[in-house]
Amino acid sequence: MELPQTRDLLEKLAEAIRAEISGPVFMVGIHTGGAWLARALHDMLHLNTPLGTLDISFYRDDFERIGLHPEVKPSDIPFDVDAADILLVDDVLYTGRTVRAAINELFDYGRPSRIRLAVLVDRGGRELPIEAGFKGIRIDPGENRMIDLLKNEKGELQLRLRPE
Amino acid sequence: MKIHIRKGRVVDPEARFDGITDLYIAAGKVVSLGEKPDDFQANQEIDASGLIVCPGLVDLSARLREPGFEYRATLESEMEAATAGGITSLACPPDTDPPLDEPGLVEMLKYRAKSLNQAHVFPVGALTQGLQGKNITEMAELRDAGCVAFSQAEMPIEDTLVLLRAMQYAATFDLPVWLRAQDASLSRIGVAHDGEVATRLGLPGIPTCAETIALAKILRLARETGARLHVCRISSSEGVDLVRKAKEQGLPLTCDVSMNHIHLSEMDIGFFDSNCHLVPPLRSLRDKEALRMGLKDGVIDAVCSDHTPVDDDAKLLPFAEAEAGATGVELLLPLVLKWAEETNIPLPIALSKITSRPSGILGIGCGHLSPGAAADICIFDPGCCWKVEPKSLKSQGKNTPFTGLELKGKVKYTLIGGHVVYKANHP
Amino acid sequence: MMQYNRQINRDGELQHLLTVEGLPASMLHRILDAAESFVGVTEREVKKVPLLRGKAIFNLFFEPSTRTRTTFEIAAKRLSADVINLNIGASSQSKGETLLDTVNNLSAMHADMFIVRHAQSGAAHLIASHVAPEIHVINAGDGRHAHPTQALLDMYTIRHFKKNFNGLRVAIVGDIMHSRVARSQIHALTTLGVPEVRVIAPKTLLPKGVEHLGVHPYHDLSKGLKGVDVLLMLRLQNERMQGALLPSAQEYFKYYGLTPEKLALAKPDAIVMHPGPMNRGVEIDSSVADGPQSVILPQVTFGIAVRMAVMSILAGS
Repeated sequence: MELPQTRDLLEKLAEAIRAEISGPVFMVGIHTGGAWLARALHDMLHLNTPLGTLDISFYRDDFERIGLHPEVKPSDIPFDVDAADILLVDDVLYTGRTVRAAINELFDYGRPSRIRLAVLVDRGGRELPIEAGFKGIRIDPGENRMIDLLKNEKGELQLRLRPE
Repeated sequence: MKIHIRKGRVVDPEARFDGITDLYIAAGKVVSLGEKPDDFQANQEIDASGLIVCPGLVDLSARLREPGFEYRATLESEMEAATAGGITSLACPPDTDPPLDEPGLVEMLKYRAKSLNQAHVFPVGALTQGLQGKNITEMAELRDAGCVAFSQAEMPIEDTLVLLRAMQYAATFDLPVWLRAQDASLSRIGVAHDGEVATRLGLPGIPTCAETIALAKILRLARETGARLHVCRISSSEGVDLVRKAKEQGLPLTCDVSMNHIHLSEMDIGFFDSNCHLVPPLRSLRDKEALRMGLKDGVIDAVCSDHTPVDDDAKLLPFAEAEAGATGVELLLPLVLKWAEETNIPLPIALSKITSRPSGILGIGCGHLSPGAAADICIFDPGCCWKVEPKSLKSQGKNTPFTGLELKGKVKYTLIGGHVVYKANHP
Repeated sequence: MMQYNRQINRDGELQHLLTVEGLPASMLHRILDAAESFVGVTEREVKKVPLLRGKAIFNLFFEPSTRTRTTFEIAAKRLSADVINLNIGASSQSKGETLLDTVNNLSAMHADMFIVRHAQSGAAHLIASHVAPEIHVINAGDGRHAHPTQALLDMYTIRHFKKNFNGLRVAIVGDIMHSRVARSQIHALTTLGVPEVRVIAPKTLLPKGVEHLGVHPYHDLSKGLKGVDVLLMLRLQNERMQGALLPSAQEYFKYYGLTPEKLALAKPDAIVMHPGPMNRGVEIDSSVADGPQSVILPQVTFGIAVRMAVMSILAGS
C-alpha cells in the first residue's frame, strides 16, 4: 500500500479547516507528531491565536502497563482554556484513547466552549466513541501495521507505514 | 575404649609431624603414632584415608550465650556447633548476663559444660566487677573456680588508673590479662571503621587510632606491671605494627585475630549488611592485608572464631542498631584453610594457628598428638566443598557475612577424650 | 554475602529510590525532565493529574519532619494517590514492635509505596529489602546517609537557573559530617558532570576521607567561595554545639556563616540554596536568605514537582 504525499494531505486538511473557521480558534497539538502538524497548520492558516501543545503522558490509561513515558515533555497551553474554541490536532486517529486523554487534560486547564479534532490520517479501529471533524485521509493499513509521522533534517513531515 | 584411626594424613604442628600414618587411642589418650602397640584391640576403627587428622581445634573466643542470653543460643546448641566445627577446647568471654565476675557463676558454667560431654570450656573471667571498669574482681578466687584468663570482653576500661591496678593485681597471681585494644571515648558512638565506606554510608566511625592509642597504653602498662598480656582481635595495620615492635623489644605478649577480619573489609558492608556489623569494625583492605601478613609472619599468634550467635530480630535492624557479631565456630577451620590456600601457607603452619598456638596461649597443654596427649582430635576432609547457609549451620545463630559462600574443608569426626563426639552425616 | 543495591530492578528500571549513589546520569536527567512537566501541572487551574489514581502511598515517618512529609503528601495528592500519614516516632517502637514488624503490618494494608524517614542510616535499604516486590520505597532521609529527593530538587533548581552542569563550580557549606543532604548532593553533582565540587567546613564537621567522594575540602569559607556558581548551604543542628564539635553558634557564624560580604567572593550571578529550615544568623544571614541571589523559595516549589516525578516513575516501573 502506498501512502499519499503528506504535503498534499496537509493542504487538504488546512483547506477543510479554513472553510469551517469563524471567530478565534485555539489550536493544540498532541506530542509529538500532532504538535508538528499543529505548527504547520497554524502557519498555513495564518492564525494569530497562540499555539498550544499537550503531552498526554500523565493521562494515559495504560500507565499501569507501560509506566511513565521516558521522554515526557511539558504541556504548554499559553491561553485561557475557559470558554475557548479549541482545535485539537493529532497525526493518526486509531483507538481514540490518546484523544480521550487529551480532552481530559484540557479540562484540567478549564472549561472550553468547544473542542474539535483534526487528524492527518484516520485509520479506523476505534475503541471509544470519538470522531475527527477534519481528516486528511481515511485508510485501513491492516492490523499489524503502524502509521507514524516523521520529520526529516529539512523539517519536512513524512508519513511512514511499517510493520508493528 | 580403643580407637584405631587408619591411613589418615596426620598433621601435628607442634611435633612438626606431617605424614600418612595410623593413630592409636586408648583410655582417652593418644598411645601411638604409626606403630601399633602390642595387644592393641580396637573397639572402633575409623578409616581416615584421604582425610586429615589433626589436634582438635582450640578457639580463643566463642560466646556460648549462657548465662543470660539463652534466647539467642544455648550451651547445648553452641557446644554441638563447636564440635561440628572440630573444636575441642574453647575459651568463652565474660560478657554474659550477669558477667562472669563471681566464682559461683564460673563453677556453674563449668559444671553445665562438663555435663554435656563435649568441648572443654575455659571461662575467661571479668577483670572488673560487672565489666564496669571500676572495681577489680576476685581474680584469684575466679582462677580457683576455673577461669584461665581475665578480660573486659568488649567493654574497655576508661579509667587508666583502674586498668593499671587491674593489671598489677593480675600480675601478682601471674594471671593472664586478655585485652581488646579500643579507646572507650573514641569508639563510643561509632559502628564502622572510620573510613571511605562509613563516610559514604553515613555511619558513625571508629577511627584506627581508637585501637592504636589503647594498644600503646596497654603495652606500656604491661611493661610497667609485668602482667601477662594477650591482645585480642587486633584489627588494623598500625595495630599489627605496634604488636610487632613490642615483640621485637622482648615483651612476652601474644595476639589473636578474628577469622572474619582476615577475609573481610569495610567494603563487604556493601549496602548496610548488618552481618558485617562486627566488633572491632571491619577496616580497610590495607588493614585486612596487614592482618593476613601479620598472621603469616607470626606477629599474630592465633585465629579465633569470635563466635557470637545473634537472633534474627537483633540483626534485622538498621546497621547501627543491629547487634554486633557473627556466628563462627563451624567456619573457623574452613576459613583458616582458605587463608592458607590464598597466601600459600603450608597446612601445618595454618593449623598451628587454631591448635597448638591458642593452646599455648590458654596454657592448657593440648593441641598436639604426641603419645600421652589427650585424644582431642579433629578429622576433616580438606577437599570437601560446602555452602554456608542457615540450614547448614548447627549454631542457633545463623548470622554470618559468609552466607552463600562455598567453603572448602569439612569436619568428618571430632574426638574428645578418646570418644567420638561428632560424626558427619554424609560420608 | 555481598548485598546489592536494590533500587534498580532487573530491567534496569528504578524500583526504589534509596540513594543517588550509583544512579546513571541518564536516570537523573529523566527524573528532572519528568519534573519539568510536573512544574507545568502545578501552575494550572486543576493542579492534579490522574496518574496514580487508586494507589495507596504511606508516609512512614519514624523521625518527625512536618516539612518533608507535607511536600511528599502534596506531591502524592497531585498525582491523585491516596495518602496515609503515619508518625511512628518512638511510640510503636517502644511497644516492642520492630521496624520490619511495622512495615509488614502496613504491607498487609495493600500499600503501593512507602515514603520512609528514619534516624538511622540504612533504614530505607532495610525496608526495601524486605517488602513485597510490587511495593516501592522512597527514602525521605535515613540518618546521615541519603536524602535523594532533596538532592534531586537541588539539581532541578541548579539546572533551571544555570541550564547545564558541565561548567559549574559548586560549594556545599556546613555540617557535611552529619548531613544526608550533602552526601546525596555530592553523588548527584559528580554524576551529572559538575567539574568542581567543594565542601567547606571546619575539620570537626567533615567526615574522614570525604575527598574519596570526588570533592575538594576547604576549611576557609573565603577561599572556598572564590569563583563559585552555586552555593548549597546546609542546616546546622543546634545539638552540634554539644559534644565538642563547635564552640558556639556565634563563632560558627563568624567563620562559616554566609553573609553578603562572603557571598560577594562568589561569581556575581551565583545562586544560593538551602534545604530548610534555615537557622538565620547561624549558617546564613537574613539579607542573603531573602536577597536577590537566593533561590530558596523556588526550591520548595520544584521540590513538589520532583517528588511527583519520582513517584510516577517508580509507580510505573
